Amino acid sequence: MSSNCFKRFGGKWVSLVSHRPFSTSSSIQNVPSDQGLKSLNLFSAINQALHIALDSDPRAYVFGEDVSFGGVFRCTTGLADRFGKSRVFNTPLCEQGIIGFGIGLAAMGNRAIAEIQFADYIYPAFDQIVNEAAKFRYRSGNQFNCGGLTIRAPYGAVGHGGHYHSQSPEAFFCHVPGIKVVIPRSPRQAKGLLLSCIRDPNPVVFFEPKWLYRLAVEEVPEDEYMLPLSEAEVVRQGSDITLVGWGAQLSIMEQACLDAEKEGISCELIDLKTLIPWDRETVEASVKKTGRLLISHEAPVTGGFGAEISASIVERCFSRLEAPVARVCGLDTPFPLVFEPFYMPNKNKILDAIKSTIDY
Amino acid sequence: MRFISDSDHKRVPCYRVLDDNGEIMKFSNYVQVNKEMAVKMYSNMVTLQTMDIIFYEVQRQGRITFYVTCAGEEAVNIASAAALAFDDIILPQYREPGVLLWRGFTLQQFADQCFGNTSDFGRGRQMPIHYGSNEHNYFTVSSPIATQLPQAVGAAYSLKMDGKSACAVTYCGDGSTSEGDFHAALNFAAVMEAPVIFICRNNGWAISTPVEEQFRSDGVVVKGQAYGIKSIRVDGNDALAVYSAVHTAREMAIREKRPVLIEALTYRVGHHSTSDDSTKYRPNDEIEYWKMARNPVNKFKRWVERNGWWSDKDEMEVRSSVRKQLLEAIKLAEKEQKPPLEDMFNDVYDQLPSNLKEQERQLRETIKKYPKDYPSDVPL
Repeated sequence: MSSNCFKRFGGKWVSLVSHRPFSTSSSIQNVPSDQGLKSLNLFSAINQALHIALDSDPRAYVFGEDVSFGGVFRCTTGLADRFGKSRVFNTPLCEQGIIGFGIGLAAMGNRAIAEIQFADYIYPAFDQIVNEAAKFRYRSGNQFNCGGLTIRAPYGAVGHGGHYHSQSPEAFFCHVPGIKVVIPRSPRQAKGLLLSCIRDPNPVVFFEPKWLYRLAVEEVPEDEYMLPLSEAEVVRQGSDITLVGWGAQLSIMEQACLDAEKEGISCELIDLKTLIPWDRETVEASVKKTGRLLISHEAPVTGGFGAEISASIVERCFSRLEAPVARVCGLDTPFPLVFEPFYMPNKNKILDAIKSTIDY
Repeated sequence: MRFISDSDHKRVPCYRVLDDNGEIMKFSNYVQVNKEMAVKMYSNMVTLQTMDIIFYEVQRQGRITFYVTCAGEEAVNIASAAALAFDDIILPQYREPGVLLWRGFTLQQFADQCFGNTSDFGRGRQMPIHYGSNEHNYFTVSSPIATQLPQAVGAAYSLKMDGKSACAVTYCGDGSTSEGDFHAALNFAAVMEAPVIFICRNNGWAISTPVEEQFRSDGVVVKGQAYGIKSIRVDGNDALAVYSAVHTAREMAIREKRPVLIEALTYRVGHHSTSDDSTKYRPNDEIEYWKMARNPVNKFKRWVERNGWWSDKDEMEVRSSVRKQLLEAIKLAEKEQKPPLEDMFNDVYDQLPSNLKEQERQLRETIKKYPKDYPSDVPL
């Protein structure tokens, strides 16, 4: 993986402006013009968003394991010094406690920005997220809500993370009505999407591609901006096949698209960004145009969110499909250390699937 | 080399004010309760008892689907509520409806929730007894055990940061203390210096599991010290002791910005719920003993009567008036419409996402086609 592809990503946005209304669409702002751009990596973009969130709302709090000194990935650098130890603080090493605490804090009208150090360690908090946060509004008839809760967690492969520093658990959370799941693909996306998540009136799980923390560098507007949730983005226009992905996988897919182009195949690439509630319409419109669909994610293929996308699109676009929907995903093993290169849905696996879908 | 013992030689004493005859014990140190407060407390206990008897019966008649009584635990319910201020935020488990009653939730509102009608704040989405009311600072009950405890720490932290002269108060049972959330909550509360009171109703039984099979420690109270939390064991069937302990704990929590753990020793006289038959796992004479000899309502009544604040006539009047009001409330609640179908889809998020809009539309078409498949009392 080279950082060049991320830089190349920078100037390619098709549209950052909201065109489909959703819950917070009224508060979504355009990205500022190209003035005030600064080259940033992903952890610094996250850090900027957190600075803005704490600065713009005195009732915003950032907490989690080791966040006080800046966090193990440096995302919370400088926050405690600037906003004080009562608003940015370490918690005991206990994920269910962090999320339970965050729910209570959010339910009192605060913005509770909780960090789970690795997505691999989010499971002790599963009950608090699934049974509590997700149902807080519904079960009370909207008398109470914990919409101010945002859970940040680094996810995905990093080259040497093995079982417990590499997982992509997004599908578990996509099965839970009441929460939103958002995953950015780049620094610019991370800043705008995280601010939207923090200010969204619903609890959100925000997975950050940890491989990109330092690797992905992009021109990021210095000012505040928000990017709409539940809105996918056509990152690359094409006519022969639609590729759908999210997070770190987008850059791998982009590389496959470029190689396919050399062989005369025109790929349309979509970044889903919000996994629930997801923007089916954008994917549907693209597949109706191209007649083919490939989904790629790092998480194991069985029961992954790709299965949901595939089923939904087959339901709606069956007569337009020229080939079966392809899935290029992680394999159905625990995430393996030495075998990581074999496990991963890499460029050539995707390229192969593009070609066999075209040739079907 | 010396290992710390697995338990202290002596059990942690239990703070009591009233003896079983309802007389103030010698050398008792307690917070005074005046006539007006005492009468209100006793009336509320009677109301709670009556509510339990009637709702239980209504469930047995098949008119509501489920019920949980708090028989035997009326003193913990009412006396703890009485010792708090209205601004204190309650995060209940499910056996504390007395706290909500004390705060003014009406019998009609209780009945509406149990029937899941259109006046139920929860829009008929949860089983009976899952009460909640924003205006009464009483978070909505959820069934999972102990999840409310770390949430209470977050709520308490918010109160502290906002400079409020109030605390968060959360309840749980003895079974809850085995859950991870219990330990997470105590530890977080101590470390965050959060003004939260944990009230554990140690009623001897978690459904069919007795405390001997729940933990090996000297009850719950000793767990507080391990987390650096001031703790007290109190006779949960002694309303004056509960009142004094909670009143004092509240002052400490708010003034010193710290959590307090209260273990209230009591007994679950009723079955766990209407889905349970506790005679299958515990002896009848044990239930009878706690129901009669250790009854918390009778004990408090003796003290109130001894002060000349309560008569048989008052008793008759309250019981018959509550009974009448409740039967009327139940009649109305039963007649009232269920919430409309749209309430099935509302409140999942702050606004309806497109997938739910589509599912609602599809469901309505299906209902039109097969109306007999669906309950007729839900307005479409």
